[in-house]
Amino acid sequence: MTKVQNFLKGLIKENPVLVLILGTCPTLATTTSILNALGMGVAATVVLLSSNMAISALRKVIPDKVRIPCYIVLIAGFVTAVELLLHAFVPSLYDSLGIYLALIVVNCIILGRAEMYASKNGVLDSAIDGLGMGCGFILALFAMSFVREVFGAGSFCGIEIPVLSRYCIPILAKTPGGFLVFGCLIAVVNAITKGKAIKKKDFGCAGCPSAIVCGKLSCTDEAKVGEEAAK
Amino acid sequence: MKFLMIIMTSVLVNNYVLSRFLGICPFLGVSKKLNQATGMGIAVTFVMLLATSVTWPIQTYLLDRFNLGYLQTIVFILVIAALVQFVEIVLKKYLPALHASLGIYLPLITTNCAVLGVTINNIRDGYTFLESMVSSLGCGIGFLFAMVLFSGVRSRLEDAEPPKAFEGLPITLIAAAITSLSLFGFSGVATGLFGG
Repeated sequence: MTKVQNFLKGLIKENPVLVLILGTCPTLATTTSILNALGMGVAATVVLLSSNMAISALRKVIPDKVRIPCYIVLIAGFVTAVELLLHAFVPSLYDSLGIYLALIVVNCIILGRAEMYASKNGVLDSAIDGLGMGCGFILALFAMSFVREVFGAGSFCGIEIPVLSRYCIPILAKTPGGFLVFGCLIAVVNAITKGKAIKKKDFGCAGCPSAIVCGKLSCTDEAKVGEEAAK
Repeated sequence: MKFLMIIMTSVLVNNYVLSRFLGICPFLGVSKKLNQATGMGIAVTFVMLLATSVTWPIQTYLLDRFNLGYLQTIVFILVIAALVQFVEIVLKKYLPALHASLGIYLPLITTNCAVLGVTINNIRDGYTFLESMVSSLGCGIGFLFAMVLFSGVRSRLEDAEPPKAFEGLPITLIAAAITSLSLFGFSGVATGLFGG
């Protein structure tokens, strides 16, 4: 895989939000306005890029058994750095993102890429992967927030759109609208990829981002419980 | 009265899953069967209570006292991760029956943003220790409530035949939107009832 392909896969083919279904919480919560969504996207991308590079640089040092706690500490460190920087230089964004900024720590995209990619590849490749995935995340957040702000609040980046603002659909900017728009966006992606995306990540334990943490053990256990319950 | 209001708010008005978008992953992933949804909900409630009972004193007596507030994120996530591991080991050793029914959900909870969210929110809202515990209980119950409610909706979805592109996750999300719409009606109820 060339470096360009490596970067591009994160944008569409393996878009972390719309295809891999990772990081759903910030996607739903911070997309009520475009500026918020972009801020969230950039913050998460910075964390993803730096954590991917750090983890890939340390991949031979970190013992296999305690790798997840190590990753979490590294990620939490970067998140704290981003939090402090935003608090100092962009206080308005810091306030509007609120708790979701701290919750980047548990954003499954970051831990997911650390486990799936950065722990097995070199620093440069991991950086490109992180950047691509981050851009995919920003792209998905932008698409979500575009629909929700333009049609839900009738404005674009806070600037009112003349006709739309009178005939907007406020529910789109509220909680139910988040689920609705997200569902429709995934359906659009499914329609474009002709269902390949659904097959690849059949929804269930495999789609569960925590699967990487709980490992094969719990998931097979869970599948067994499911089977027994079905019997 | 204040406790009642906190519970009411966190279960119905500010339901973590359906109006604050925290803990969406288990909400979508483990809500296929009623018994699994209940198990996950109880496990999350349990961990939320436990995590709050540990993180609140840490924040108040360690971080605040020594001006280490900026370490909150790192400390909380580590405490929660360690706590979950610890609970799992204890359950496995002393209560194997409970471990068999709840244990499998525990590792899933480490990276659950609802747990980290509730501990941070309790601090940000300036709750006292008792209020924090009540609010965690409320959030846990709210989570359980949402899981149970949604597992019922999903069992009906299995028979539905949506358009091809909507199969699987998209139609589930749209069902979640309608479920969340039903809780939307409660906004303002708590302030109306308790005059807060």
